[in-house]
Amino acid sequence: MSIESHKLEIFRGLIKFKSNEQKIWGVLIFLSIVTIVEVALGISKPDFLSAYFMRMKLLNWIFIILTLVKAYYITWDFMHMRDERGNLKNSIVLPLVILIPYLAFILFLEADYIFDVMFEGFVSWNF
Amino acid sequence: MAVSVSKSYEETNVWEGGSQKPLNAGYGKLMMWFFIVSDALTFSGFLVSYGFSRFKFIDSWPIADEVFTHFPFLHGVDAPMYYVALMTFILIFSSVTMVLAVDAGHHMNKSRTAFYMFLTIIGGAVFVGSQAWEWKNFIKGEYGAVETRGGQILQFLNVENEKRVSLSDFAISIPSSRSTQQKNDGIWYETEKSLPKFSIEEVKKGFKANSNIVIRTQKIDDKGDKTILTRDESLRKIESAVLVVEGANLVRNEYGNPLFADFFFFITGFHGFHVFSGVVINVIIFFNIILGTYERRGHYDMVEKVGLYWHFVDLVWVFVFTFFYLV
Repeated sequence: MSIESHKLEIFRGLIKFKSNEQKIWGVLIFLSIVTIVEVALGISKPDFLSAYFMRMKLLNWIFIILTLVKAYYITWDFMHMRDERGNLKNSIVLPLVILIPYLAFILFLEADYIFDVMFEGFVSWNF
Repeated sequence: MAVSVSKSYEETNVWEGGSQKPLNAGYGKLMMWFFIVSDALTFSGFLVSYGFSRFKFIDSWPIADEVFTHFPFLHGVDAPMYYVALMTFILIFSSVTMVLAVDAGHHMNKSRTAFYMFLTIIGGAVFVGSQAWEWKNFIKGEYGAVETRGGQILQFLNVENEKRVSLSDFAISIPSSRSTQQKNDGIWYETEKSLPKFSIEEVKKGFKANSNIVIRTQKIDDKGDKTILTRDESLRKIESAVLVVEGANLVRNEYGNPLFADFFFFITGFHGFHVFSGVVINVIIFFNIILGTYERRGHYDMVEKVGLYWHFVDLVWVFVFTFFYLV
């Protein structure tokens, strides 16, 4: 296995690293910054982010997007997905990208419906 | 020994699939990837069903910031999130030492690979220990609450500063002969779970005697806070209480909806079990490195495979962290 096979740039070439080891530390710094931002937002909970977008608070959207960003860099750089062939990338990522949002969509829609039924129904759940 | 050395890595390990080598990866690594895909689907099933229950009870779900407030050595300090943030950093860091071990393995550097594997094992063990501590706090509970006939949890607040008060702060002891039934006192060998520190009558009596205590219900108001009743409403509400709840288990949960506790135990438990098994596998690989197994084999491919698993465990924690503690 050739050591030179690693792709040593992240952010579409914005940051280039000299060695794979250097890239690992760079990605660690990036992941740490993202986590610190998440925790800071989670503790301070700024008011202007409590507006709703598509029935969820903006703050929660930010958390989910930042989580996906972290997941991308863990997979691409720590698990070396960046260095794999397109065939391998797709056969791993596509099933997850298709199935998980599908499952989430079905179940969340159903949960929302059940909430409405319990909320508007004639049965009291609080007595 | 000379036989194995003469074959190159590509010859022995890359899956062929014809002359094109469509995936250009070894059999073991590919299978680890496909295992990860199925495990990722399992975890997403868990997390999505957590989301299902949460959306179902969207107006009464517990607020994680109010549940996980402990930090080691800081007693009584309200420190939401800091401890899980620390755990997240521990796991990300052990992921980094793992990827450094993989990198050292590519350079065929035995001692460095072993050193980084050792750090990874330490990080994993610290993480599992932290999770155990988190579980302990969650199971033990902090303030205690009462449950109504309808299964709603009522918590107690001081009306002046809106701080939580624990049952032991106000419950008035009523002398009674009720004690935990032991195996030897019944007519048959039956025992019961240990009784809560106070009976429901003691809590009710203490509540009525302390005019500065009000009830907080599970209901979430427009601003996203739990609804606090007035003293009059609280006095009416306390009449419907039937049970004292201290801490959390799979049936009752002093923090609110019992489903929250169920999912917490199930998802973090399943993840913790993954971390534990990851640590065990890492230890096996660590000893193989020390014994020079991979040196003789000519490549450290096993370190890379177990590395994939370890990063996956970290990846799952990133999602658990978001959906249990942040969102």
